Amino acid sequence: MNYTGEHLLPGQIGHFFAVLSLVASLVATLAYYSANRALLPADKQSWLKLARGAFLVETVSVLGVFSCLYYIITNHYFEYKYAWQHSDRIMDTQYLLSGFWEGQEGSFLLWSFWHCVLGWILIATTKKLEAPVMTVVSFAQFCLATMLLGVYVFDLKIGTSPFVLMRNEGMFDNAPAFRDIATGALRQDYLSLIQDGNGISILLQNYWMVIHPPVLFLGFASTIVPFAFAYAGFVNNNDEWIKPVLPWASFSAAVLGTGIMMGAAWAYESLSFAGYWAWDPVENASLVPWLILVGGLHTNLIYKSTGYSLRTTYLFYFLSFILILYSTFLTRSGILGDTSVHAFTGADMNVQLYLFMALFIWLLNVTGAADIKQKLIVTGFFVGTLVAGYFYPPTMLLSFFGGLGIVYYYLQKNVPSVNKEESSYSREFWMFIGALVLFLASIIISFKTSVPVFNKLLGTKMANPEEPEFSYNQVQIFIAIIIGILTAATQYLRYKDTPKQLFVKKVLWPTVAAIALSLLISVFGGIQYDKHGVGFLAAIHIALFASAYAVVANASYIWIGLKGKLKSAGASVAHVGFGLVLLGVLLSSAKKEVLSKNTSGIALFEKTKNEDPAENMTLFQGIKTDMGKYHVTYVNDTFGHEANKRFFKLAFEHKATGENFTLYPDVIKGKGDNAEPAANPDKKHYANKDIFVYVSSWLDADKADTSSFQPREMKTGDTTFYSNGFIVLNKVDINPAQVNRPVNPGETVMLLDMTVFAKNGAQYPVKPGIALAGNTIRNLQDSVIAQNLVLKFNKVKDEKNGILEIGLKEASIMNNAITLKVYEFPFINILWIGIIIMVIGFIMSIRYRYRMRKLNVVK
Amino acid sequence: MKKTHIIALVLIAVAIAVLISYMGNVTTYDTIASARKNEGKFVHLVAKIDKSKPFVYDPIKDPNYLAFTALDTLGNSIDVVYRNSKPTDMEKSERLVLGGKVKDGRFECKDILLKCPSKYKDDIKAAQKELNASTETY
Repeated sequence: MNYTGEHLLPGQIGHFFAVLSLVASLVATLAYYSANRALLPADKQSWLKLARGAFLVETVSVLGVFSCLYYIITNHYFEYKYAWQHSDRIMDTQYLLSGFWEGQEGSFLLWSFWHCVLGWILIATTKKLEAPVMTVVSFAQFCLATMLLGVYVFDLKIGTSPFVLMRNEGMFDNAPAFRDIATGALRQDYLSLIQDGNGISILLQNYWMVIHPPVLFLGFASTIVPFAFAYAGFVNNNDEWIKPVLPWASFSAAVLGTGIMMGAAWAYESLSFAGYWAWDPVENASLVPWLILVGGLHTNLIYKSTGYSLRTTYLFYFLSFILILYSTFLTRSGILGDTSVHAFTGADMNVQLYLFMALFIWLLNVTGAADIKQKLIVTGFFVGTLVAGYFYPPTMLLSFFGGLGIVYYYLQKNVPSVNKEESSYSREFWMFIGALVLFLASIIISFKTSVPVFNKLLGTKMANPEEPEFSYNQVQIFIAIIIGILTAATQYLRYKDTPKQLFVKKVLWPTVAAIALSLLISVFGGIQYDKHGVGFLAAIHIALFASAYAVVANASYIWIGLKGKLKSAGASVAHVGFGLVLLGVLLSSAKKEVLSKNTSGIALFEKTKNEDPAENMTLFQGIKTDMGKYHVTYVNDTFGHEANKRFFKLAFEHKATGENFTLYPDVIKGKGDNAEPAANPDKKHYANKDIFVYVSSWLDADKADTSSFQPREMKTGDTTFYSNGFIVLNKVDINPAQVNRPVNPGETVMLLDMTVFAKNGAQYPVKPGIALAGNTIRNLQDSVIAQNLVLKFNKVKDEKNGILEIGLKEASIMNNAITLKVYEFPFINILWIGIIIMVIGFIMSIRYRYRMRKLNVVK
Repeated sequence: MKKTHIIALVLIAVAIAVLISYMGNVTTYDTIASARKNEGKFVHLVAKIDKSKPFVYDPIKDPNYLAFTALDTLGNSIDVVYRNSKPTDMEKSERLVLGGKVKDGRFECKDILLKCPSKYKDDIKAAQKELNASTETY
């Protein structure tokens, strides 16, 4: 049956490309693998030729899938489920992109796309290493391609295609409106009934959603490069990869770091999470690979300079990518449903997602295995534990940790190491300790984040501790202290050995300066975060010192150690940035202050150690309210160019200084009548702090008020009473010169000039009325806010005697009201500046390494 | 043994100690019945809002007071008090994870995690519902 108005071609082309990409990536993987194995140069060349050709087809296919899907979304072809689910007609163009990568399929595509881009840079630059490195990239492309397949093999669904049609996905099964009444079949013109798509979640209609995912996925995609280089060394038993990988590892750390912190900035800027970091599983899952990657970058430098730590470098680069795959599993399998605010929920892809990760562990196992017998044993272990895990879930833990154990075993066996002990006055010794601490920090974070996985596999019922964030902070603050101090002092040590006096002489002044600076902060900073006891407060102060030390020592090192040679100062600059990040985190969290405390004087409940007192306050429109240091007035609300976005104008006035400013937090209303709005905060930025405001709830007086209008009959000069006084009708104005409300052209306005006399002697003029244009009448209500009084003109009751009917309402709620949450984040800018400096440092060192390699080649 | 090995072992021992102490801090997902039994103990309830009971939130009176009745899968229910502002879309949520403790027969809730159909559109039933609602006007 042909349905009217469907566009099936783009979907068919897209699906064709999806299948082609699967085949091409498989061919590329096998060809690259063979090219690496080939001994004769001629064989190698012909395999490489085939592999590159296949990767070209792969790239074209991925771009083809990408274009088809984007075409479907921009043209609003709602017969496709993906377009219907993730876009609608009123979305701005940039949000169509957000819709594109909102779903599983689109984000896999984005990831795949970046692999293609990185792949071509690798092909152009890696020379001898191309074959093994691209084997890994192509294999990852193959795995990603299966995610978009959407075919069934014996009841097992492999991947989900973004090109499925609504009607084939059972979307109309319970929708009688779309069915033919007589036959019950889907109506031929069903498409004309779908007026609009579902659109993206209002929480995601934000410019951060346009830029954060591409950067984060570039970060994800780039972690495969260090993995692939390490694989190249592992499979060919050499260390040729150790220098060329350095700029890539820096690149990956810079981009993944930026992506993560963009997420943090998004959470801070525009989601009402009231902060930038909450140790949410989704955040942790991408932080952990970054930490391990940074650890790997440092052990990599150690090996390059001293020959130590080669095994650790392998291990960290391997783990970093495997943990990216683990984070993919965590966030997309739905397993985090009860612990995370923003994980995907299951699309029945658990097995496939797990396999994605397990296959890469298996790849390392097989690569490490010495002969065919061992290869069979590790493959047997891989298949056996997976099958066993299917019937008895706890075995999955054996599968995962066993696989990693085998990787570790083969690293010990195949990779040489130096047995001589490092000197305690050597840079490599302390760098290694630092990398190890980062690694253990990652293990601790991963373990806590994985609790839902353990629950699933072991049948336990563990939930978050009472204070989940503190349970992370109390551990990670000590990690921060160690890392901060190591970051500061280690640069002053030389590789291999440092004369003791020289080290002390050089490090002395930066140390003294850092102590002085941190004492100043501790004494005058007013940091009294004693919510978790004196011990934790002390730890905060020590951590303040450690981070100040990292900043000061690394900044000084540029002059003391490098004599101001900025070109080679990338590492120092990145470390300064990292120190600033730590400092910013400490200051902004320890001194974060709730300004919107309940100031009504009524204690709602007692403040205890664990429970915050009221952090929300209610503001009535037009009424100046006392809020700690400020007076706040909710002036009015307006709509932006997006009709579902309502901005609240809030006037702030500092009590002491009289400083004025206006903030416009907004709420976006979702689709449907019952949809609740989502809040976007607004901020007043100062150099040393942010005032952070969002509307936690909002009440429309017109909707909320349940009292009704009482009819009263009056004529000019009459008086009528209300509960708190009386009202006089002075006169009837027809087309008065001044109308205090908007009037459309061509309307005739009639206003009743009235005065309200309250018992306390106050008088209020009030002018309800109507606006007439032809047969349509617009009612112009008027109100006396101070008296909770609303008046309107109902009708002319008796034309001859001039008797009019007035509607009088004494409202329980007069005004629109909003509930506000206001925070002060001090020194938050240090955090953002720190991140920018850190990324600049990474870029500097990428450039430096790249130039050094070029120079070496010339030599 | 090399110094790095000793330090590594010490650090690993510390990490294990940290994780063990963490295990002591974890709470449990509980049923309403067992939460009542363990009054004062911090637990997590997986429940939904009992739509037949009143849902109280009046930001005019008190923006920091939300009260409703939670119903778990075993059919037990308990009054819940949450002293904070109402999370967006809460009424639409089909599943809540509530962290808190029972005190005087009421559940004093500290945090609420929502599972909303609107946020989780891979849920086919919710999507169908949305689709039906959008055509009801015809």
